[in-house]
Amino acid sequence: MKTSTKKGIVQAIGFFALRAAMGLVLAVLLLFLYDIGKKGGGAISWEFLSQAPRRGMTEGGIFPAIVGTFFVTLITAILAVPLGMGAAIYLHEYAKQSRLTRLIRLSIRNLSGVPSIVYGLFGVILFVNAMRFGTSILSAGLTLGLMTLPWTITASEEALKTVPNSYREGAMALGATKWQTIRTNVLPYAVSGMLTGTILGLARAAGETAPILFTGAAFYLPFLPKSLSDQFMALPYHLYIMATQHHAIQQVRPLAYGTALVLIVLVLGMNMTAVVLRYRLRRKQR
Amino acid sequence: MKKITITTLAILALLASILPAAPARKMIQVKGSDTMVNLVQILAEEYMGKTPGAAIAVLGGGSGTGITGLINQTCDIANSSREWKPKEIDQAWEKGVSPRFFVVAVDGLSIVVNEKNPLEQLTIAQVGALYRGDVKSWKAVGGSDKAVSLYGRQSNSGTYVFMQEFVLGNKNYSADMKEMNGNAQIIEGIIQDEGAVGYVGVGYLYDQDGKIRKGLKVLKISKEPNGTGFLPTDKAAVDSGAYPISRPLYMATNGKPKSDVAQFLAWIVGPEGQAIVEREGFFTVGEGKYKAANDKNFK
Amino acid sequence: MKMKRRDLREAAVRAFFFACGVLAVLVLVGIFLTLVTTAVPAFREIRLSEFLLSKAWDPTSPEKAEYGILSMIVSTLMVTGGAMLLAVPIGIAVAAYLSDVAHWRVREVLKPVVEILAGIPSVVIGFLGIVLIGPVLAKIFHTGNGLNALNGSVLLAIMALPTIISISEDSLNTVPKAYNEASLALGASRWQTLLRVKLPAGLSGIIAATMLGMGRAIGETMTVLMATGNARAFPHGFLDSVRTMTSGIAIELGEVPYYTTHYYALFAIGLVLFVITFAVNLVADIVLRKYQEREQ
Repeated sequence: MKTSTKKGIVQAIGFFALRAAMGLVLAVLLLFLYDIGKKGGGAISWEFLSQAPRRGMTEGGIFPAIVGTFFVTLITAILAVPLGMGAAIYLHEYAKQSRLTRLIRLSIRNLSGVPSIVYGLFGVILFVNAMRFGTSILSAGLTLGLMTLPWTITASEEALKTVPNSYREGAMALGATKWQTIRTNVLPYAVSGMLTGTILGLARAAGETAPILFTGAAFYLPFLPKSLSDQFMALPYHLYIMATQHHAIQQVRPLAYGTALVLIVLVLGMNMTAVVLRYRLRRKQR
Repeated sequence: MKKITITTLAILALLASILPAAPARKMIQVKGSDTMVNLVQILAEEYMGKTPGAAIAVLGGGSGTGITGLINQTCDIANSSREWKPKEIDQAWEKGVSPRFFVVAVDGLSIVVNEKNPLEQLTIAQVGALYRGDVKSWKAVGGSDKAVSLYGRQSNSGTYVFMQEFVLGNKNYSADMKEMNGNAQIIEGIIQDEGAVGYVGVGYLYDQDGKIRKGLKVLKISKEPNGTGFLPTDKAAVDSGAYPISRPLYMATNGKPKSDVAQFLAWIVGPEGQAIVEREGFFTVGEGKYKAANDKNFK
Repeated sequence: MKMKRRDLREAAVRAFFFACGVLAVLVLVGIFLTLVTTAVPAFREIRLSEFLLSKAWDPTSPEKAEYGILSMIVSTLMVTGGAMLLAVPIGIAVAAYLSDVAHWRVREVLKPVVEILAGIPSVVIGFLGIVLIGPVLAKIFHTGNGLNALNGSVLLAIMALPTIISISEDSLNTVPKAYNEASLALGASRWQTLLRVKLPAGLSGIIAATMLGMGRAIGETMTVLMATGNARAFPHGFLDSVRTMTSGIAIELGEVPYYTTHYYALFAIGLVLFVITFAVNLVADIVLRKYQEREQ
């Protein structure tokens, strides 16, 4: 056989294998989304989204869990977004190449690799016990906030990088101080990018269970949380107990699917919003 | 750009203002016992429906979680499907907590197998042998030649501890036991697994129509090797003690219960609460020694 | 005077941003110190050799309390190892597909699609492990139910794939065009170029991707908690029910009375986890940096 034909056959087989791998991954993803979409879709209704669970959580809806997730993610954002932006501004605008800077960057990268249950342990010691916040939206939100910090820092730094240096140089040439430069010539152009990037981190926080297991999530609460020191129900924890600890697992399986669907729609919706926003921003900046 | 920033910050500020940092609303916190959590949650729901102003939060976890909660003073009522260990009572006293116990229901701890399992009855000793891992094949207890697949709870479960004390003779569980997160997961596992055996609270045997779950078989348990075996669903057998693994389900408070907590507890052991207990598949407290102990503890 | 006020403000602003930056270091160190100080009291009662080398974990045993985490460590390694065996070949193949075979329009669509997989919360994956993957595995392998190490490995592989794919693809894309062109000019096919030039050139990035994926798998909690059966026994095969270190902590942290040996022991497990994931991430970091330096 001619060498070129042999090469051609080998390549065809090789590329087919690669295509097959891609196909496999796509198939798994589609299978997951289809399963949840189909079995969860049946449970979704206006009542499901707007009512509290009833009759031993075999009926009713998941409204308190939606509200709880919303509030806890809010606290997460309040901690992680400004501090993340601040850290990114320091790293990109002020810091010089030094051992301290390298240490900060190393810490950020390692923080993003710390297991979520370890953040939960830390949250229990620091927020629940030492700072006496108890199990509450505040403790859980702060714990999630720490976990989200590496993401907001990284995303904010990416946004800062897209601001052309000429903007900075122009301002400094006119005699502006560092902070004035940042405030007028950098931040206005970077802020939207920063916020967009942080949405991805918040989407991840909204879907996390381990950090809130021991810092505030509750099995069943009769009322919506009204203050930061209240406990709360949350979508990911609700899915967990519906799937493993409920007393009539088979009966509530459709409700569990419904919860999973709502959670996925929420998280993927946030992701997609961020992606779309970022795409439009990039186009505007070109 | 500035507009987006300002709008975002404005929205965040608006939303944050919905969360005043006021002190938490005063709710009765009930913690613990997966066996009891659904019963208690339904009791709480119906009680709140009948009692305006009542607020009860049900927090789940195993019996150990509830006991820890009462000791750490993070809850008002601790559910447990077992008695407190002496060590736990000591710990409570050390921390200035004096636990008082109310029996709110009685459970016949049920040994369940897959419906395809040919066995109908076991002695309590045989169940212990299975769960200690002393025997690994169903053949050894008179069944078919299949490997035993053990399902149980985790160490935070009162049911786990109760079984260990009363059925395993206070010995270690087999390390091969699959430790599920709750009663329901055990049931689900058994239905799919032909060699399975598990232990669950009697209230978990039934489906929503009140029949035993399809795919399950509840074993009769006898005290002696050739004795009569009884089912945990047999109220008379449970009450008389003929069914050997029945147990009271407790709610514990720190000292004499405060007025709103006491009201809730009194309702649970009263006719309305006990009707719900029965409806959920458990057994009522009855008129005997449990009732007497309860009355004393209310004072 | 105006100058001084401005300088003061500048210094204050800079100090604020500096504090934000240092916060990351403080948090990391804080987590480490908290774990260490809460874990150390455990070793007043537990021998370190027993902790690391004993297979028996039974802190609430009525006979003798046992605190050995070897079974949990091995379970974690098994589930992670299995996940990597599945995810690394498939991940590299998909990365190669995206960088070399796919039409650029197809790639623009497929890259975000792979990211969707990364966005699925771990509790949902665990749920799918119970209701979908587990029963399928049970049918294929004739086990009673699907809650075992294999289920965990499959699920963790799915979770690690997006990380491995994305970073490997970046790595393959930044191989200098000159390498490709030279290879093709010498008569090699695209496939041969991919296999013998691009992959080796991008190897360090791929290794880093694998390590980051591995770190993610080791630290995953909810998925394994829901889908691996949680038996405490030392695992003998992938069809055994296993309990990972992360599940071990999650299962018992809620019930343990504060400030007991059992409580401290759970934090000791957390410390072991932290050290392992820190080491894996550090190695990935070094490899990535070496590869980035080489590209310059």
